[in-house]
Amino acid sequence: MSVAIAKTQEIIDDILKVYPEKTRKKRALHIKPNDTSGGCPVKSNMKSIPGVMTARGCAYAGSKGVVWGPVKDMVHLSHGPVGCGHYSWATRRNLASGKPGVDNFVPFHFTSDFQERDIVYGGDKRLETILREIKTLFPLAKGITIQSECPIGLIGDDIEAVAKKMTKEMGIPIVPVRCEGFRGVSQSLGHHIANDSIRDHVLGKKKLEEKTPYDVALIGDYNIGGDAWAVKELLEEIGYRVVSIWSGDGTLDGLSVTPDVKLNIIHCYRSMNYICRHMEEKYGIPWMEVNFFGPSKIKASLRKLAERFDDSIKEKTEEVIKRHESEMQKVIDKYRSRLEGKKIMLYVGGLRPRHTIGAFEDLGMEIIGAGYEFGHSDDYTRTYPMLKEGVVLFDDVTHYEFEELVKKLKPDLVASGIKEKYVFQKMGLPFRQMHSWDYSGPYHGWKGFSIFARDMDMAINSPTWGLINPPWKE
Amino acid sequence: MSCTEIMEWVNTKEYQELNFKREALVINPPKACQPLGAIFCAAGFEGTLPFVHGSQGCAAYFRNNLSRHFREPFSAVSTSMTEDAAVFGGMNNLIEGLQNSYSIYKPKVIAISTSCMAEVIGDDLNSFILKARELNVIPKDIPIPFAHTPSFVGSHINGYDNMLKAILLNLTDGKKGSKNNKINIIPGFDPYVANIREIKRMLNLMGVEYTVLSDNSDVLDSPQNGNFEMYPGGTKLEDTADSINGIATIGLQKFSTMQTIKFIQESFGHEGLSIYPPIGIKATDGFLMKIKKLTGRTIPEELEIERGRAVDAATDAHQYIHGKRFAVFGDPDEVFGIVNFLLEMGGEPVHILTATGTKQFGEEMKVLLGSSPYGKLANLYTGKDLWHLRSLLMTEPVDMLIGDSHGKWAARDAGIPLLRIGYPIFDRVNLHRYPTIGYQGVINLITWIANTFIDEVDRKSDDAHFELLR
Repeated sequence: MSVAIAKTQEIIDDILKVYPEKTRKKRALHIKPNDTSGGCPVKSNMKSIPGVMTARGCAYAGSKGVVWGPVKDMVHLSHGPVGCGHYSWATRRNLASGKPGVDNFVPFHFTSDFQERDIVYGGDKRLETILREIKTLFPLAKGITIQSECPIGLIGDDIEAVAKKMTKEMGIPIVPVRCEGFRGVSQSLGHHIANDSIRDHVLGKKKLEEKTPYDVALIGDYNIGGDAWAVKELLEEIGYRVVSIWSGDGTLDGLSVTPDVKLNIIHCYRSMNYICRHMEEKYGIPWMEVNFFGPSKIKASLRKLAERFDDSIKEKTEEVIKRHESEMQKVIDKYRSRLEGKKIMLYVGGLRPRHTIGAFEDLGMEIIGAGYEFGHSDDYTRTYPMLKEGVVLFDDVTHYEFEELVKKLKPDLVASGIKEKYVFQKMGLPFRQMHSWDYSGPYHGWKGFSIFARDMDMAINSPTWGLINPPWKE
Repeated sequence: MSCTEIMEWVNTKEYQELNFKREALVINPPKACQPLGAIFCAAGFEGTLPFVHGSQGCAAYFRNNLSRHFREPFSAVSTSMTEDAAVFGGMNNLIEGLQNSYSIYKPKVIAISTSCMAEVIGDDLNSFILKARELNVIPKDIPIPFAHTPSFVGSHINGYDNMLKAILLNLTDGKKGSKNNKINIIPGFDPYVANIREIKRMLNLMGVEYTVLSDNSDVLDSPQNGNFEMYPGGTKLEDTADSINGIATIGLQKFSTMQTIKFIQESFGHEGLSIYPPIGIKATDGFLMKIKKLTGRTIPEELEIERGRAVDAATDAHQYIHGKRFAVFGDPDEVFGIVNFLLEMGGEPVHILTATGTKQFGEEMKVLLGSSPYGKLANLYTGKDLWHLRSLLMTEPVDMLIGDSHGKWAARDAGIPLLRIGYPIFDRVNLHRYPTIGYQGVINLITWIANTFIDEVDRKSDDAHFELLR
């Protein structure tokens, strides 16, 4: 065992001491020093332990909040009581063009607002009425998804039967989604369930009218703060035609025609690898994982993509890379000296704990800890080779563990979510939200990198951190 | 119909009629669910860990929501129930959850509320807690109040009420003793930390002893001093226990803490009453007079001077508010308070909308509106949502919308400013640090409303009408 590994292990053992025996044993599997020689060290995608304060959400959050929510020309009904839809109401920053309430329903909260009588007598009748009312009031809604909340599965409502009947009656697709919050161990199963429901009810129902050799779909970009638009611009500059985005600023037709593209370009592997694998098996469409954070990864991704296309794309790729080189260098020149050597701890979901590493490194920063809220072993397998030996890896880290790790490892910036933000800021630590880009963005693409760099600089070098100690205490 | 045609159609009276015919679909309702209110209440007691029994996503959502509004940490644990708990019940999750959370966080109280899953499967919290104690996984004497708070009954304001009742029931049990000299104050689901501080300041000026139940003002506004504290304040447990021996209990939200007030009336043996929220001059006068009556204390000159300053602000700025038309939405008590305030300024509420609201609320609002010539235009809509409100704003325009951040789309469509008052406010900073109640609150409300109107005039004026004096 190397010194770095032993040192990290010692810190971990010390942190885990507080737990009861059973919990300690379980948590020890999920928090390990990175051992680059020995394969992926941490266990993942297992149940969270009761009472420990996990950051994880639920299957509903994965389906309605992540995968389906950004599909803008459909109404996504939070089916059940009022809360789930309320908390996920316009809180994920999936930007979408179109007029809200007319042909864009992303910033809306449609709910069946279950009352006690619906729990007792069932909500299927009510659901039928709701679907008709949606059709009457929102004639441009191309379809409706029924996002099940916990009670639906527990009281035995048959939303599939209602959806089938009403699809026929109303002539638009009504998609039942069984994403009750108690299913699975995190939002991850919700992603999978949502992918499957797109596969079963939407995929391939329409054909792309005009095809070109450069048709691609961008999979797993949710257009947070305009991310997908930045990527679309970047790809189109080279000559690709982005036929569909899954699912940021997305449309029902866009999802339907995706089997007609040449290549699926996947960004968030965790939430959408399922549909890529399906399209590969059923339609023979290849897919490729890319990373559009920071110039190093963008360049590598674009070159890898170009390999799949003709010489004109390859030439254009080099041209475009060259065109943006000086602008990226300017960003690095401006910020790198201010950020060089700064240590980062990352705890996010989806793709970010690995995909943002390159962007931080482009600015001279170093990752000293990384973890996923709801990653699987294939996420960690992709991550650990990117990190140094002894870096701490943590899966579904508990609030307590994260706090203690930060106290002991002393990063210069913590990059995580809203629930963590103010805990670490109270400790006097710079922090950036990496789910919502802290209401900034985009962070993807050429455009995104300059914003990313500015934001990291602003967080780490804000003069406000220097105000914490009163002069009479110094 | 084309997109352009529909854009016009959704603004018509015809659309409004269809919209109001809805029987089952709810669109953008301004209400959250019970457990959010429950953990908000629980966090206001010393060393108390809010503990949500149900699916883990619920707790994650509540914490996100509260942290976004207050821009503060919010600690709460979950029992992370999954499929097996759906089949076998949540006892193991609850017991394990109590053991783990106690080991890590050493709370003085664990306050359990439930989310839908536990309620639908009918978990018996009391017997589970007894079992946990029997198994010695938590100290025998740690108080564990619990409240049933399903999302399919009421809203966040009821969750607050149920949790507060549960905590008082638990902590005051067997504590009846000699009378103390204190008034108990129940703020209710109030998203302004400054409001609790303002109440305390006014009571201090009067020399009144008090206990605020629950006081989350320090918990949700802790200082930046380089340290994160898990339990930064809250009502002392000793004071909570002793609240049963107080002189009286006053709820500052008439329609929001009815279960708790009823419980107090039945078991504290002292007067338990609810008043209208002290928003506006007259309502603040009413609050102070009530305190005076209950405690025999006089209202000091400082407060009278303060009152005079607030009235001065009102007379100085009346011209910017008088005759203006308003739409107001939110929780019943807050809406009641704001309407009351507008009426005394000569503002004219036109659309008043709540997602919840009892029959009694409706009746008392009608009395309030009837008491003022400025209330004549007003229509009250209870059990309605912000898509209804949008129709109203398009067919019967007003000058300003008052409500939480979710009103921003309707206000934008109607081309009017949204004055952010209520919960949640996700898109402006620090508003919760300014009181809306008391005489200071009057000054703040006048400042926000009048200056917003003046900003609009400046923004919309052509060169000829762009003036220095406003």
